[in-house]
Amino acid sequence: MTGEIRRPPFQPGLRLRRALGGTAGWRGFALQVVLLVALVWAIHAIIGNARANLAAQKVASGFGFLWSTSGFAVSQALIPYSESSTYLQALLVGLTNTLVVSIVGIVCATIIGFLVGLGRLSPNWLLARIAGAYVELIRNLPLLFQILFWYLAVLAALPNPRQNISLFDSVFLSNRGFGMPKPIATAAFDPFAAAVVVTIACWIALHVIARRRLFATGRQTTVWPLGIGLLIGLPLLAALIFGAPLTFEYPVLRGFNFAGGLRVVPEFAALALALSTYSGAFIAEIVRAGVQSVHKGQTEAGASLGLSRAAVLRLIVVPQAMRVILPPLTNQFLNLTKNSSLAVGIGYPDLVSVFAGTTLSQTGQAIEIIAITMAVYLVLSLLTSVLMGLYGRRIARSMGT
Amino acid sequence: MKRATLLLTIAIAAGWSMQGASAQTLKTVKERGVLACGVTQGLPGFSAPDDKGNWAGLDVDLCRGIAAAIFDDATKVKYVPLSAKDRFTALQSGEIDVLSRNTTWTLSRDTSLGVNFAGINYYDGQGFLVRKSLKVNSALELNGASVCLQTGTSNEQNLADFFKGNNMKYEVVAFSTADEVVKAYESGRCDAFTADLSQLYAERLKLTTPADHEVLPQVISKEPLGPLVRHGDDQWLDVVRWTLFAQIDAEELGITQKNVDDQAKSDKPELRRVFGTDGSLGEQLGLTKDWFHRIIKATGNYGEIFDRNVGTDSKLGISRGLNQLWNKGGIMFAPPIR
Repeated sequence: MTGEIRRPPFQPGLRLRRALGGTAGWRGFALQVVLLVALVWAIHAIIGNARANLAAQKVASGFGFLWSTSGFAVSQALIPYSESSTYLQALLVGLTNTLVVSIVGIVCATIIGFLVGLGRLSPNWLLARIAGAYVELIRNLPLLFQILFWYLAVLAALPNPRQNISLFDSVFLSNRGFGMPKPIATAAFDPFAAAVVVTIACWIALHVIARRRLFATGRQTTVWPLGIGLLIGLPLLAALIFGAPLTFEYPVLRGFNFAGGLRVVPEFAALALALSTYSGAFIAEIVRAGVQSVHKGQTEAGASLGLSRAAVLRLIVVPQAMRVILPPLTNQFLNLTKNSSLAVGIGYPDLVSVFAGTTLSQTGQAIEIIAITMAVYLVLSLLTSVLMGLYGRRIARSMGT
Repeated sequence: MKRATLLLTIAIAAGWSMQGASAQTLKTVKERGVLACGVTQGLPGFSAPDDKGNWAGLDVDLCRGIAAAIFDDATKVKYVPLSAKDRFTALQSGEIDVLSRNTTWTLSRDTSLGVNFAGINYYDGQGFLVRKSLKVNSALELNGASVCLQTGTSNEQNLADFFKGNNMKYEVVAFSTADEVVKAYESGRCDAFTADLSQLYAERLKLTTPADHEVLPQVISKEPLGPLVRHGDDQWLDVVRWTLFAQIDAEELGITQKNVDDQAKSDKPELRRVFGTDGSLGEQLGLTKDWFHRIIKATGNYGEIFDRNVGTDSKLGISRGLNQLWNKGGIMFAPPIR
C-alpha cells in the first residue's frame, strides 16, 4: 500500500467517551459514575454507622491503641520485643513470625513439590508409587489435623530438657525445641563478609563468561573447581589474616530450660513441617501436570541430541513446563501464607495469634484490628502475586514468547 | 473462631443488630421468648454440658436464674459457647444478652469494651498448675520455666507482671482454647499451666492422671469473676445484677430450693418484702412480684449453687474460701433486697 498515512480526524469528545464509557458511550459513563457514587456512599455510611454505634456503646475506637504498652510476652520474637513494647511492635512481631514461617514453608514446599512431582513421573516403579502415595495421603487429610499431628506427635516423642538428646554438647533436642550454637560476629567479621561477597561476585562473573563462551564457540568450560577453590580460599585467607569471624554461644541447660544459643521452638517446626508437606503435595501435582504438558517430541529430541535424562529435564522440559506451572504455583504460595494462620491452634505466635488474638482481646478494638489484619494479608498476597508475575514475564521473555 | 470474630465485626460495622444497645434488652428477650447467654466452650463447674447434654455450672445457674425470673422457666436459655477472645465481641454485637463466662472485672474492660459488669459471682486468683515430679513448691521457683496459657484472658498480662516484677525469665506459649493448653501441658511442652485457680482445678480433671499434678499455693492476682451486659441498658443491668444478689441474699436469709415454698408463706416483714407479698420490688425491676421465688425455686441459693457445681458436692471439691458469705468468714456480700 502506498500513499501517506492518514490520521483519523481529531475527535476529543469521542475519545473521552471511549476512554470513560467504553462502547456504551455516555450512558455507560453515567452508569459508572452512579455506581461509583453509590459505592463511596455505602462505604461512608458503613464507617459512619459503625463509628456512631461504637460511640453510643462507649466502645473505644481509633488507632491510638497501637502506641499503648502491650504488657504481654511472646515466645518467638525475631525483632526486639518485651512486655513493655507497644501493640504496634506486637503487630510487627506477629508479622515477622508469619513471614518467616511462610518463606520457610514456601521454599521447602517448592523443593518437596518438584522432587515428588518429578518422582511421580520417574520410570522407576517404586519411586513413582511412593511419590503417588505421598500425594494422595497428604493432600486428602485436613491441614489443621496435620499441624496438630506433627505438633503433638513430635512433642510426645521428645524428652524433657533434662533428658535432652544432644550432639557434641552443642546441639540439643528436647520438647522445648531444637537448641543450637548462636553465632556472634567478632571484629574480624566485616573483612570475612567482604571476602564472601567478592567470592560470590567472582563466581557469578565466571558463570557469565563460561556461558558466553559456550554460546560463541560451543565449547563447554568447567568452572566449578575454580569456583569452589575461590569459595574456600578467599574467606579462609580473610579468616587467617583477621582471625575467626564468629564465636559461638552454646545453649546451656539452666533450671527448666536452655539458656543462650539459638532455639527453634517446636511450634515453628511443626507448623513449617505441616505447611511444607501439605502444600508440597499440591505443588507435586502442579509440577506433574506442567511436565506432562510439554510435548513428548521435546524429550525425544533432547534424547536424540545425546543429552542425559536429567539434562533433558533440566534444560528442556522444566523450563517449558514452568509456563504452565507458574500460575497455579502462585496460588499455592498464597494458600500457604494464608494457611499459616492456623498457627493459633498450636500456639505459634503468628499475626493472627498475637494481633487478631491477644491484642484484640486486650483492647477490644475488633474492627480496627480485623481491618489491619486483613490489609496485611492482602498486601502479602498481592506482593507474592507481583513477584511471581515478574518471574513469569522473565521466563516468557527468555523463551522468546 | 476467627470466622466468628470476623462475622461479628461485620455485624457491628453494618449496625444490623445494634437495637440491643438501647434500653430494650428485657423487652427483646421477652419477645424472643428465650435468653441468649454467652458461656465457655466447656469448663467443668462453671459452664459445661453434663452427661445428658444439658449445660450446667456456676455461671450457667446465673443464666438459668435470669430465665426463671423472666419466664418462670429456667430452661428457656440459649447457650452460646464462646472462646475467651470472642466473648466481648459477641456481647457488643448483640448476639448474646448476657455474658456469664468466668470473666474478670477490670477497669479497662469496664471502660473500653462498651460493657458493664453486673456483679461478682466468684472471687478468684491466678495460679499455676505443675507436675509434682518437678518438686516446685512456690511460683517463685519457676525462673526460666515455659508457661502455657489461654490467649484472650487477663492471665497473659498478670503472668508478664509477675515474672517481670520478680526479675524472673520465662517463655509463654499461648493457645486459643483451654483444651489445646491442656494437651500441650500434658505433652510436656510447658513446665506450668497458668489460669485462674478455679479453672486450674477444673482443667486438672481433664489430665490423664490428675494426681500427678498440683496447683501451687501462690496466687499472683485478684480475679473477681462476674456476669456482663452491654453498656447503656440500665434496666437490663439491674435485672442481671439483682438475680445474682437474690441468689446470694437467699443463702444469707436461709432460703433454699427445698424450703422456698414454705418460706414464701412466712410472716416476717423482711421475707414478705423479698417474696413480693408486700411492696412491688419485682415490678420495679420490670419483672413480676414472685421474681425472687422463681429464681430460688429454679437454682437454689448461692451456697447450694456453689456446692453443687464447684464445691464439696462436685468433682472439683473447691472450698468456699473467699466465696463464703461475709458473715461466715468470706467476702461474698450482696446489698439487701428492700
